[in-house]
Amino acid sequence: MTAALRFDPIRLPEKCEQLRKEVRAFLAEEIAAGTFDPHKPNREDTDAPEFSRRVGAKGWLGMTWPKKYGGQERSFLERYVVTEEMRVANAPTRRFFVADRQSGPVLIKYAPEHIKMEILPRICRGEICFAIGMSEPNSGSDLFAAKTRATKTDGGYLVNGTKIWTSSAHIADYMIAIFRTSQPTKENRRHGLTQFLVKMKQPGIQVNPIGQITGQYEFNEVVFTDFFVPDDHVLGEVDGAWKQATSELAYERSGPERFLETYYVLTELVRAVGPNPDTRSAEGIGRLVAQLHTMRRMSVSVAGMLEAGKEPVVEASIVKDIGTVWEQQLPHRVRDLAAFVEETATNRETLERQLDFAIKTAPKLTIQGGTTEVLRGIIARGLGLR
Amino acid sequence: MAESDNIVVETAEKIFADLADPQEINNDKNSWQGPLWQALSEAGLPLSWVPDDLGGSGASLADGFALLNAAGRFAVAVPLAETMLAGWLLAQAKIASPEGEMTVLPASPKDRITLDADGSLSGRARGVPFAKAAKHFAVLAHGKDGVSIALVDAAKARVEAGLNVGYDHSDTVTLDKVQPVTLKAAPKGFDQTTMMLMGGVARSLQIAGALESMLDISVRYSNERVAFEKKISKFQAVQHNLARLAGESAAALAAATSAADAIANATSFDDEVYLEAASAKIRCAEAAEKGGAIAHQVHGAIGFTLEHILHRYSLRALAWRDDFGSESHWAVELGKLVANRGADELWPLVASR
Ligand SMILES: Cc1cc2nc3c(=O)[nH]c(=O)nc-3n(C[C@H](O)[C@H](O)[C@H](O)COP(=O)(O)OP(=O)(O)OC[C@H]3O[C@@H](n4cnc5c(N)ncnc54)[C@H](O)[C@@H]3O)c2cc1C
Repeated sequence: MTAALRFDPIRLPEKCEQLRKEVRAFLAEEIAAGTFDPHKPNREDTDAPEFSRRVGAKGWLGMTWPKKYGGQERSFLERYVVTEEMRVANAPTRRFFVADRQSGPVLIKYAPEHIKMEILPRICRGEICFAIGMSEPNSGSDLFAAKTRATKTDGGYLVNGTKIWTSSAHIADYMIAIFRTSQPTKENRRHGLTQFLVKMKQPGIQVNPIGQITGQYEFNEVVFTDFFVPDDHVLGEVDGAWKQATSELAYERSGPERFLETYYVLTELVRAVGPNPDTRSAEGIGRLVAQLHTMRRMSVSVAGMLEAGKEPVVEASIVKDIGTVWEQQLPHRVRDLAAFVEETATNRETLERQLDFAIKTAPKLTIQGGTTEVLRGIIARGLGLR
Repeated sequence: MAESDNIVVETAEKIFADLADPQEINNDKNSWQGPLWQALSEAGLPLSWVPDDLGGSGASLADGFALLNAAGRFAVAVPLAETMLAGWLLAQAKIASPEGEMTVLPASPKDRITLDADGSLSGRARGVPFAKAAKHFAVLAHGKDGVSIALVDAAKARVEAGLNVGYDHSDTVTLDKVQPVTLKAAPKGFDQTTMMLMGGVARSLQIAGALESMLDISVRYSNERVAFEKKISKFQAVQHNLARLAGESAAALAAATSAADAIANATSFDDEVYLEAASAKIRCAEAAEKGGAIAHQVHGAIGFTLEHILHRYSLRALAWRDDFGSESHWAVELGKLVANRGADELWPLVASR
């Protein structure tokens, strides 16, 4: 048989359930204290520094990392539970999420020891925010077309060029970016890119916010002009970033954040229809819940395989493909059903406000983190088609 | 397809490979059933879910579910799942299973069989898979004292033959004051919904298996078929269709195996098991529709012929959607359950395991 897709029915271990209770209790306290409103996904407080610190103090940042870097050496499945609960509660995670999911693990793998000792514990304490500098105006899906140059100079590199769509760059303390250090070769057009740790808020970097169709400001243009990066901020192999950039994808692509971004409209719909729904509403809700449940089972399954040291690259891509298409359609399906909600439903306004925001959010979901088309290409490769 | 490390599944796969090769079955319409059924029976597979002391081979629920998934991969068209379900149902009331083909009734949540005061059974059950082939029926009946489980001699019932979308027997069975061979009370809490959920999960595993095979033969075909001087697998549009088929196949497999695992480890059919089982049937049925369409698209006209084996998987997967409650039925029921528990209990339910 060609396609050996595996989705073992992995269950979260008991200690995850204990942790889940702790996270729920913590979030309930934060909500009670007015840190954030779980019914408002479109908040303006993308920058919630105190909340980040309190999450860090709980030991929920860098959970899987070595203790010497401030981590907890807990399992990937425990981290999974924390991520889920934060998402579902609409907690303001933007400030720490990228560092926790992606940047920290990259540093652990490729940064020199003194940098790890300096930065990782601060991520764990929720003190610093990271951004990812991959895309450029003429290089999105085709990452290897990136042109922003890092030219060797005394003790480091000088960077010139522009990154774009950089989420959180306006609040970030650091960026992990790829820059061109030499030209691609005939044999390998992926050659010549290097990963760097960039300290933001320095001379030579200008961050220009870009508005989004939701009305929010989350991503940015970042312009580098003779910006200096010291030698010890090179991450991994010079000219070899392509190997590094492709290896971490399974972690990035299959997490609960890949199907829960518009989840809140489903909860609100259930609230609006009340305990005795008509047949149409019941069927609509039933289908959405069945799809959600299935995706979550797939996602937990991939998390379990990662925990066990396997590399489910195709499975992870499938979860992101199905998950992002689902979260994109969800607000529209909820809108279909909400047409029949009674005028008297007490949460009608909340539901309408949420739908308004979710429908505006939806178009990005199948673009950020790699487009649907690119993912399907990866799946096709896994199936032996290319 | 996952490599099996399971002796029940290994045995079954060997039998299927020897006696139920889809191409041979497709060419030879009739004479393969006898030898296949005999080999399965000799290996004790149809009574997998019946304990030793009730005449079965006493395999675990988990092994039986894995066997059904394998049967789906071969699109096996003998009453294996049906006999397994019948044996399982009888065993709930400690009724011993006879030899030979069996099926269960009712096979739809809408139909009811009633138990009269004189101990006889009456009622009509539609869409009963393989009733024509069955020697016995395992019946769930409602009487004034609650739910009973009965073993019925098929010869005493009226069976009108029908065919489902997949060309398999799906018959209407009428019981008119039929005296059962054996009748016992169902265990506490066991009801028709339990039976429908169990049947639905069995079908989900079969659908998932059929989709795995559809993905497999579609990928293979795309690597052989040449158009515009290229293998069609090199066209991006075809690749993306196959990626989506892989997604549907994966979703079906994940939903079905998760539900099977939930039932195999459950002590009762609580809300969480209900979520798993109902979701599996809903999601697998959706996958059968979407995935089957892609498999046919990739195969072009050849896949639409009776000679090609694709329809053995695609039509059967579509037909299996209807048994033990369609996806619409379960979606309504699951939706009601969710609404009834209330909005704030939805996520705890989804995140329950
Ligand atoms: C909300 C949001 C946040 C983001 N945050 C970040 C961030 O923090 N850091 C960062 O680096 N980037 C970020 N991005 C950028 C994101 O990674 C890119 O948008 C994405 O990779 C697509 O690139 P593009 O926008 O240049 O589109 P293009 O690559 O120009 O693609 C346009 C269309 O063409 C299709 N296409 C392109 N190539 C192919 C192909 N080979 N086969 C088939 N179809 C193809 C694409 O699928 C897409 O449909 C973010 C994007 C969004 C929407």
